[in-house]
Amino acid sequence: MLTALPPFLIVATDLVAAFLFLFGLKRMASPVTASSGISVAGVGMLAAILVSFLYVFGVDPTARPNLAVNVGLVIVALLVGGGAAWWGGKKVAMTAMPQMVALYNGMGGGAAAGIAAMELFGNKTRGGKELTVTLLGALIGAVSLSGSLVAWAKLDGVITKPLQIRGQQLINGAVMLATLAVGGYLVFAAHDGAVLTTVMPARIWFFFGGALLFGILMSLPIGGADMPVLISVYNAFTGLAVGLEGFVLKNPALMVAGMVVGAAGLLLTQLMARAMNRSISKVLFAHFGPAPTHKHGTVVGSLKPVEAADAGIFMRYAHSVIIVPGYGLAVAQGQQKLYEFVKLLQAAGVGVKFAVHPVAGRMPGQMDVLLAEAGVPYDLIFQLEDINAEFEHTDVALVIGANDVVNPAARTEKASPIYGMPILDADKAKKVYVVKRGEGKGYAGIVNALFYAENCQMVYGDAQAVLIKMITAVRGLRARPAGK
Amino acid sequence: MQFQLPMTGFVALYVCMLAGFAGWVIIGRVPAILHTPLMSGSNFIHGIVVVGGVFALLNAGTKLEQAIGFFAVLLGAGNAAGGYAVTDRMLAMFQSSATSTHPAKAAHKHPISAKAPVVKKV
Repeated sequence: MLTALPPFLIVATDLVAAFLFLFGLKRMASPVTASSGISVAGVGMLAAILVSFLYVFGVDPTARPNLAVNVGLVIVALLVGGGAAWWGGKKVAMTAMPQMVALYNGMGGGAAAGIAAMELFGNKTRGGKELTVTLLGALIGAVSLSGSLVAWAKLDGVITKPLQIRGQQLINGAVMLATLAVGGYLVFAAHDGAVLTTVMPARIWFFFGGALLFGILMSLPIGGADMPVLISVYNAFTGLAVGLEGFVLKNPALMVAGMVVGAAGLLLTQLMARAMNRSISKVLFAHFGPAPTHKHGTVVGSLKPVEAADAGIFMRYAHSVIIVPGYGLAVAQGQQKLYEFVKLLQAAGVGVKFAVHPVAGRMPGQMDVLLAEAGVPYDLIFQLEDINAEFEHTDVALVIGANDVVNPAARTEKASPIYGMPILDADKAKKVYVVKRGEGKGYAGIVNALFYAENCQMVYGDAQAVLIKMITAVRGLRARPAGK
Repeated sequence: MQFQLPMTGFVALYVCMLAGFAGWVIIGRVPAILHTPLMSGSNFIHGIVVVGGVFALLNAGTKLEQAIGFFAVLLGAGNAAGGYAVTDRMLAMFQSSATSTHPAKAAHKHPISAKAPVVKKV
């Protein structure tokens, strides 16, 4: 009777944990309850990890002599891995969040691949079906591991340029085929149960090597602008790999958690790709070519520079202002100053809103986090579909560090590479100020007709420096009581 | 009672289908403003893989398995702990207008604008 207790505790706790994950995710669906959502999921995780030590009561007879060592290894690995990642996660800057998420995601993929490797080397899988699932999980997990590491290196600036070589698709295809062939051979050879996978360690190593190589090759050519899609894809991959290994380990908690994340990642990937006007397959298999040889004869008008102080004062006396922040704002570390300026405007009775494009940042929703970090309340932040109709009734649109996401060419110019991409209609505001470092182009390398438009003026300079000038100018007005 | 819950093919497929569907529906409702914390949150949830790693490492019979298992648990623990840490930090930042005037910010907040209404009344 007593021997039935540990397994019951494990299985029951895992069930509760799976419920808490789903419940926690659901609570994350609203900014009001989101913070408690992650705590709820965290409780589930902690309980599942603690109770997993009860597995010592049911270890394999072959592993029994190692038990003391294995328990020690588990404790050390948990403390070192968890401790280091916790410390890293607590101190990472919000702008570096995408690479951190990529890194943690790669770790999950690596863990799933590692579990699969132990099943294979220990010859623990039974039958062709189980072996197939193990190998599939191993493949996806290993691709996610090496691919995420490359994504991390790119986002962190370790790798600066997308590497594109001739015949890349062919090479990638060949590596994938070779890996699959080895996997197929393993399944075929072990099919009747007579051949143990343990007698073929070289082929198992080759399989993992091929999968890791494919992950690297797949990520290297993908450019900076497509990174949000890539991170989402790997998030989905790791989820799927965890789900598959959950099946092999006969652990439904892993299956459920893995599949939930897999589906979530797939959905997010789709949303991102749609916001960028790119299909997922295009991002992964056909990359932004060399800088588009795009003629810009249709642009009329001229660039009209304006002083930051004048623009600031104009907005102070406007009725409504919509701010369109882009990644350039984050690069200049201008979010705090921006909110300071916004508070000045609000104090003067100006209605201020933020309009955030889904791809503003290096991962979905990163700009929202950066604004939240600066203290901007979430009810001032609006998404594209909710605010686009308001631009035409708005006095001023202030575009800071954004370019392609406000380019009207996406609406009108069929020849443009961004044609069809959903954009923020900043050009429809009565007055548009664009804060920009210079006259350079955006990621897509296209001229922006908005900058030349009649109602648009350019404020040149570093976003933070410009905002400081605006703040000083508006405060200057307030200092003179008779001035009003 | 067993430590592992064996599931035959189709039952497993049912579980996968329902879980996938649940994930799709739950995530579909999350507003775009929360997509980054959501991604790191779901990233945290697949950190449950560490439990599988613990199971596999406890059952490791050879030195090679022990070595791989050690790294599997190490990586899985990192996934879970790191994912939680960053998600928690990000979500704590999201404040509404009603609650965002926390004392730390109110203190350094506009000494000038505090004066402004006084000026108007005079």
